[in-house]
Order: sequence, then structure tokens, then C-alpha cells
Amino acid sequence: MNVLNFVNAFFSDSAHWHGYDGIPQRLSEHVQYTLLALVLAAAIGLPVGLLTGHTGRGGNAVAFIATAARALPSFGLLVLIAVVVGIGLLPVMIPLVVLAVPPILVTTYEAVRSVDPAPVDAARGLGMHETRILFRVELPVALPLVLSGLRSAAIQVVSTATIAAYVSLGGLGRYIIDGLYQRDYEKVVGGATLVALLALVTLALFWAAGRFAVSPGVRRR
Amino acid sequence: MNGFFDIPSDLQNTYSGLIGLHLREALLPVLAGLLLALPVAQLCVRFRWLYPPVLGVTTVFYAIPSLAVFVVLIDYTGQTELTVMIPLAVYSLVVLVPAIVDGVRSVPQETLAAATAMGFGPVRRYLQVQLPIAVPAILAGLRVATASSISLVSVGALIGNQGALGNLLADAQKYDRPELAVNSVVTTAVLAILCDAALVLARTLLTPWMPRGTRRRGRNGTTPPAEQPAATEAAR
Repeated sequence: MNVLNFVNAFFSDSAHWHGYDGIPQRLSEHVQYTLLALVLAAAIGLPVGLLTGHTGRGGNAVAFIATAARALPSFGLLVLIAVVVGIGLLPVMIPLVVLAVPPILVTTYEAVRSVDPAPVDAARGLGMHETRILFRVELPVALPLVLSGLRSAAIQVVSTATIAAYVSLGGLGRYIIDGLYQRDYEKVVGGATLVALLALVTLALFWAAGRFAVSPGVRRR
Repeated sequence: MNGFFDIPSDLQNTYSGLIGLHLREALLPVLAGLLLALPVAQLCVRFRWLYPPVLGVTTVFYAIPSLAVFVVLIDYTGQTELTVMIPLAVYSLVVLVPAIVDGVRSVPQETLAAATAMGFGPVRRYLQVQLPIAVPAILAGLRVATASSISLVSVGALIGNQGALGNLLADAQKYDRPELAVNSVVTTAVLAILCDAALVLARTLLTPWMPRGTRRRGRNGTTPPAEQPAATEAAR
């Protein structure tokens, strides 16, 4: 009775490595759900966060949206939407996006707002347009924090995308849900290990993105 | 809506009973997480090298889906509330440790020096100076931890009616009664918002030196990092 034995048994079983229920297939489904949800959440959270952070207005609205979104239970939303509209990608995407928007939105807002005002004023004094100030001055300085918001959203989505399996979709959650009903702990532990590994890979990717995208001048601080 | 509050008898509970159960299953772990996080965070503040590895390990914990932890724990703790509460306590711990560390670290050196000069020992300095100043940061962390804990309890429904209000979701499917799912989601969300409001109130009461009401902070007004929810949010 050891979790490590389960992990070992799961990964050394060749049946888990091919076919529609194989690890490559489930992993790619999981990555697809995660990416889609992240892109959608970023498409909502980043522009709103950048705009409110730049103007310094709407901070209360941002806090309110974040609190409301955090209050919504992911699993409850999933089941509710699945019951109302039926099985499909929509019941999975809505809870995941709702989950990912608050960290992205709040962090982006705070990141842009807390940029040192001196360089921003200097840029304005140089006659830079507001859009250029936002993208050429504020965003580069705020980037580390913006990335950390995206990272925490990504970690949560990777972990929560497992609920997709509850409404008959794929992803790594398949192993966990199927394992639960089949009383097959090996499967559950294997699925959880894969999710944790995927989260570690996500962390590494964001670290690399930070190294690559953040200007050395900002990083040194 | 017809039958909105008609709780199916298989849950063996009333509506208010489910709410009480949900709050207990969600809030006790947050409390346990806080009690564990305080000493861990203090160690991280005291020994700086400890913080990055602790942060790494806790992030991995956070990435393990709650359902998987529930299923594995069934072997040890059975299909009980404890099985649901253990992972929630761990998640709270993960959110709270960075919040407390950032909060305690944001206490200015002069303040600490002043406390030492006044003859405060380390314990008294921690309890009477560092912790109170870190309250806004700790409460920011508590807000995130509480909201996620209340939301995650529902997943307990999957391991056999251990999800309090989440059990309504399973029944909504079983009996094809969508209104039960609406009830579950709305009630859970309202609980989360009420708890959040209570924590905001607690922050106001615990930090009487802070300006009251909606604070108008100019762009060049430097906000202490303790107040930035971003710091907590990002650390997860």
C-alpha cells in the first residue's frame, strides 16, 4: 500500500501508453482544455486589467468582479451548465474561464497600477501617446507580475481541468474519475501524478517565458 | 421555481443543515491551514533559504486535483468529512504561507528596531508588532483561501455525499432536477460572498489605524505590498 507503487504500476503498464485512453491522448486533451481556457481568460482579464491599471480607475469594479468570480464554485457551475445545456465543451470552459479570470485580472491591474510613476511621467513628457506609454513603458515593467498572475491561473486551470471528465469529456481527469468508480487507485494516483507533472512543466514554461520576455533591467531589481 | 428548496430525502439533511455542514467543511480547514501556516511562515521569515523550496513544494501540492486527493485518502480516513477537509487545509496552507511571509517581511526595519529598543523580546515583537502589521496581507490570503475552500467542498459530492451543498449537484443529475443545481451554485456563491464580507469587516476592525472607507490612493501614493492582493494571488 504505497502511493509510489501505484505510480510505478500505472506508468509501467503498457496499456496506458496508447489508444484513445492512452496517456498521450489524455495529456493532449488536457493541454487543449487548459490552453483554450487560459486564452479565453487572458482575452478577458488582460485587456481589462491593463486598461483599469493604466487609468487607475475601476479598481473597485475589478475587485468586485474578482470576488464574484471567486465565489462561484467551479464544480457546481460545471454540473449546472451540463444539466441545463447538455454535455459538451461549454460546461467545461465556463467554470475554467471563471476560475482563471480573477488571478489574471487582479494581478494585471495591480501590476500596471504599481509601476513607478516617474518613468511614466517622463514618457508622457516626451510626448508619447497613451497607448504607447501602456505598451512600451508600463507593460515591460509590470511584466513579471503580469506573468505571475497568468502562471497562477494556469496552475489552477491545469488542476481543475480534471473535472471535464465528470461530464464525459477526456483529459487527465478521466483516469481520476474512472479510477474512482472502478476502485482502481493505481489509475487515480497515476492521473494525479500526471496532473502534478503538467503543473511543474507549466511552472517551468512560465519561468522560461519570464527569462525570455522580461527585460534584464527590470529583472535585476 | 418549483421545488427549489425541496431537498431530496437521500441527503438526510435540511437546507439549513446543508449550509451549516458546508460552512464547517470549508472553514475548519482554513482555520487549520492558518494555524499551520503561521509557524511555517515564521520559519521561512527566520531562515530565508527555506522559503523558495517551501514555495516550490506547496505549489506542487496545490496542483494536485482535490478529487484525486479525496480518492486516495478514502483508504485512510474513509468516506468522511475528514477526507474532504484534509486537502482543503493543505490548499489553505499553500495560499496562506506566502501571504503571511510577504506580510511579515513588509514590516519596516525601523519599526522592528523601535520595538527592540522598547525592550520587546522576539515573541512579543512577533505577536504585538509583526503580526498586526501583517494583518492586511494575511486577510487578503484568508479571503482567497476561504473562497476556494467553500467552492471546493462541493467536489466532495463525488466521493459519496461528502460535499454538503455539492450533494445537491449529484441529485440534480440523478433526479433530473436542474433547480437543485441552481440552488447549490447560488447558495455556495452567497456563502462565499458573505464570508468574504465578514473577512473584509474583520480587517477593518483589526486595523483601526488604516484609513476607513473606500481609500482613494493616487497613482503615486505608494501602496505597501501588504495591501496588494496581487502579491497573494501571484504566489499561488
